[in-house]
Amino acid sequence: MTAPPDDCLARNEWVCGEYLSTRRQIVLDAVVQHLELTAVSVLIALVVAVPLAVLARRWRWAAGPVLALTTILYTIPSLAMFSLLLPVYGLSASLVVAGLVLYSLTLLVRNILAGLRAVPEETRQAARGMGYGPVRLLLTVELPLALPAAMAGLRIATVSAVSLVTVGAIVGFGGLGNLIYTGMNTYFKAQVLTASVLCVVIAVAADLLLLGVQRLLTPWESASRAAARS
Amino acid sequence: MRTLTDAWAWLTDSAHWAGDDGIWHRLTQHLVLTVVCLLISCLIALPVALVLGHLGKGGALAVNISNAGRAVPTFAVLVLLLLTPLGRWGDGPTVVALVLFAVPPLLTNAYVGMRGVDRSVVQAARGMGMTGRQMLWRVELPLALPLVLSGVRIAAVQLVATATIAALAGGGGLGRIITAGFNLASTPQVLAGAVLVAVFALLVEGVFEAAERIAPGWTRGRGDTG
Repeated sequence: MTAPPDDCLARNEWVCGEYLSTRRQIVLDAVVQHLELTAVSVLIALVVAVPLAVLARRWRWAAGPVLALTTILYTIPSLAMFSLLLPVYGLSASLVVAGLVLYSLTLLVRNILAGLRAVPEETRQAARGMGYGPVRLLLTVELPLALPAAMAGLRIATVSAVSLVTVGAIVGFGGLGNLIYTGMNTYFKAQVLTASVLCVVIAVAADLLLLGVQRLLTPWESASRAAARS
Repeated sequence: MRTLTDAWAWLTDSAHWAGDDGIWHRLTQHLVLTVVCLLISCLIALPVALVLGHLGKGGALAVNISNAGRAVPTFAVLVLLLLTPLGRWGDGPTVVALVLFAVPPLLTNAYVGMRGVDRSVVQAARGMGMTGRQMLWRVELPLALPLVLSGVRIAAVQLVATATIAALAGGGGLGRIITAGFNLASTPQVLAGAVLVAVFALLVEGVFEAAERIAPGWTRGRGDTG
């Protein structure tokens, strides 16, 4: 009878400290790629979504087409989205980013638009009465008041993007998804579990970070929360 | 443009529709998988949401579960389950992963719908001597139905879209056409598969939208006559 190997990698266990210590660089590279893909996609989506939402708010007729288009984009499955964009971008990181941008757009446009629409008419009238032009009204009154709704959308989009990046493994740019994909093919339990847990950790950390940013950007919200408590 | 016409040619080639790898078979697998997962998810999520909503308890729980659900990568769950003993049971891992994915939006929407029912209406029902069970079935549920249904629609459409991931882990469904296309480096086939899934998802969205348009009228009708 041979004794079981004392190496948890050789025994192919789910939880294995040895995995992290021997493949630190591989895991670190995957985490960095995961963060980069998520951050770049969400930032591009944000840059596109804000003008779209403002346009849809300004011109009523634009709202229907903008919302319909972004909803259709959201309906297309991630795997299919990557494939539809394949002829345009080839097998590249841009393919994954483009897919994620299109995904995040729906969530962001909807939430920002809802935030802008919730700005009370009296508030806008008051600002106009104080001589605010349309641009100043938008930048200093409407957008800040839409911030809580917009940030809620940004948090959902970011958390969803973190988990969707994994599907990018099919074209080789999936961050931690690459580790999960290769781990599946080689039946490497420690790698699959470690990468999956790291995905969730990144998503939760990103959500908490954005929640912190939201609190910092909207101090009046916490003031009203405190007032409601007392 | 060339790729588009090639994809169209792939789609319209009758040879690609027949057989075990054919479009019909994959479409049927996809439909069955989606319907089964949607039914199981509804059976789990809706009773819990309706009872919690009726009692007015667990609101934070319902919302937090929904938010946490988004953070869990379905693909990772699928692969994890595949490596457990459950992996030997055919589509088992796929069904469990997809149900875990669909329960949160169902739960949150149904709960929010139940809590959104006008409290004065509920008070009136209580004043008329309705029991808790009667209030749930005859007042709260009909009024909450539009939001409950919109949760089912969201879950159904996202299930159709996400079920493609099953193919990455060797499962069936339309995703198989896409992954096979990737393996063959055949862009027309990948495109054709993607179009099929997208059209399927949009069809489901359309069916539910029609149902939602009918539902409020139906509940109103019942309220008038009953």
